[in-house]
Amino acid sequence: MRMPGWLRGLVLHRLPLAVATVLAGGLLSASLVRYAPGFATDERLLDARLSDESRDSIRTAASAEQDVVKYYLGSLQRALHGDLGTSRSMNRPVRELVAERSGVTLALLARALSLVWFATLLLAFLASSSSRSRWVEGPVTLLSGALLCLPAAVMALLCVLLNQPAYLALALILFPKVYRYAATLIANTREMPHVVTARAKGLSPARVFFWHILPAANRELLALAGISISLAIGAAIPVEALCSLPGLGQLAWQSALGRDLPVLITVATLIIVCVVLANSGADVLAGAKEQPA
Amino acid sequence: MKHQTIAVVIAAVITLASVLGPMLADFSYARQERNHIAEAPSAQHWLGTDDLGRDRLARLLYGVRNSVLLAPVAALLSMLLAFLLGAVPGFAGGVWEQTAKSAIDLFLAIPWLFLLLIVRAMLPLNTSPEVSALITFAVLGAMGWAAAARMLLARARSLRQSDMIVLARATGSAGARLLRKQVLPNLRPILIAQFWVTVPLFILSEANLSMLGLGVSEPMPSLGALLRELESVLSLRADPVRFIPLLMLVLLISSLQIAVSDREVIR
Repeated sequence: MRMPGWLRGLVLHRLPLAVATVLAGGLLSASLVRYAPGFATDERLLDARLSDESRDSIRTAASAEQDVVKYYLGSLQRALHGDLGTSRSMNRPVRELVAERSGVTLALLARALSLVWFATLLLAFLASSSSRSRWVEGPVTLLSGALLCLPAAVMALLCVLLNQPAYLALALILFPKVYRYAATLIANTREMPHVVTARAKGLSPARVFFWHILPAANRELLALAGISISLAIGAAIPVEALCSLPGLGQLAWQSALGRDLPVLITVATLIIVCVVLANSGADVLAGAKEQPA
Repeated sequence: MKHQTIAVVIAAVITLASVLGPMLADFSYARQERNHIAEAPSAQHWLGTDDLGRDRLARLLYGVRNSVLLAPVAALLSMLLAFLLGAVPGFAGGVWEQTAKSAIDLFLAIPWLFLLLIVRAMLPLNTSPEVSALITFAVLGAMGWAAAARMLLARARSLRQSDMIVLARATGSAGARLLRKQVLPNLRPILIAQFWVTVPLFILSEANLSMLGLGVSEPMPSLGALLRELESVLSLRADPVRFIPLLMLVLLISSLQIAVSDREVIR
């Protein structure tokens, strides 16, 4: 039996590339931390209550992290057995930290992305309906332009000031980026001959939008959906940090400030896995839709 | 076109005011007046004073100056790296091109803010304010090359296969001379467009880093460092003067973005 083209592409090209990207990303993060000035300094050694044996134990643990490649390969091997190490700054197993915070971040991302995509498609639909386009396009373009000028951290802070949920801050950060691309894409698709014909035949705006525009633009929209997940993960860091939301973004921020190598490698790898999965998943889905087996 | 002209004028006025303003201002950005703490705007302090008794106008002018001058320098560094890591391997082809493509994909796979956060946190945080400003913008410059490099690589690859380059090679042009005389002039429009896209991005990224405590350190002001004052605001009505740096940032970024769209239209 012959393997479909998109599946062959996935197995032969995309999967090895995704694994290589994840491994290289983890090594890159580990190297950055390892070669940072002051890496070998451990403030716990200054604690006067510690005995010589305790200090030696801390030094031994730190010396195991000196060779970054060795440390990274060791941590990968342990990770395969479910051991992600122990956080230096929080003194807790990394697995526990990641497990209890993943749910918070997933819920934040899911709510924000649902809101962004609902708003984007709704506004794109209203804009694609010729009778209402003038009233929608202008204000939305102005709003998205204004939102693009605000740093993610300010948006998070404003939501805290206004007692609004964190997912709204994340949605407002993502909306202008997603909307601009999606609106341009849908506007271009709207001018395609088969869509013009459908409109000329008197089909309702909803039918034209859902039956002719969206299917024609689904490949690009899926790719944009993948990118929007990557953007959301990046923007979740300041949102969680400033909204005091105990998710992976806040953990990434805290571990970066505390130079916590085991946590940082795990969080970096996890983030890269999510980004690679989102992007590759969107591409594969688009490929599968285009070339049914 | 009218909008773009207005945007260019606004960006130019802000830049000029921030560059010349500190020379004319009566107050230093770091001078603390203990008997004028958190004062409302007055004839002496046009925008009032902050919680440490420092003149807000002086801090705003210096802060905008730092962001407006350092962001383009960081963007230049980024463009240089993008040229070296994107255009040169793209033009060289073969294993160089594949390696560069993989490195670019890797950099683009890591969310920008997360990458910045890790790298900035790894560098010394307890440095002098001037050094912290330089480190922050240097990190932005050193990490922000990937998107531009991808475009340059694609363009350099198509140039490599073009008749123009084949002809130049046939006439004896090679190596650095070929890059300087044939490739660079053809890549200049992309480099300039990417430079102008990158400047506002770096100003915003510096603001994010500063608000997370990883940017320019006190007492040196930058637009991001000034926005940290918002963290102590309890309500939007409490102290409107604290929002002036935010308004300035929005004005600057929006005018730069509109001006950039003008450049794209011209091209």
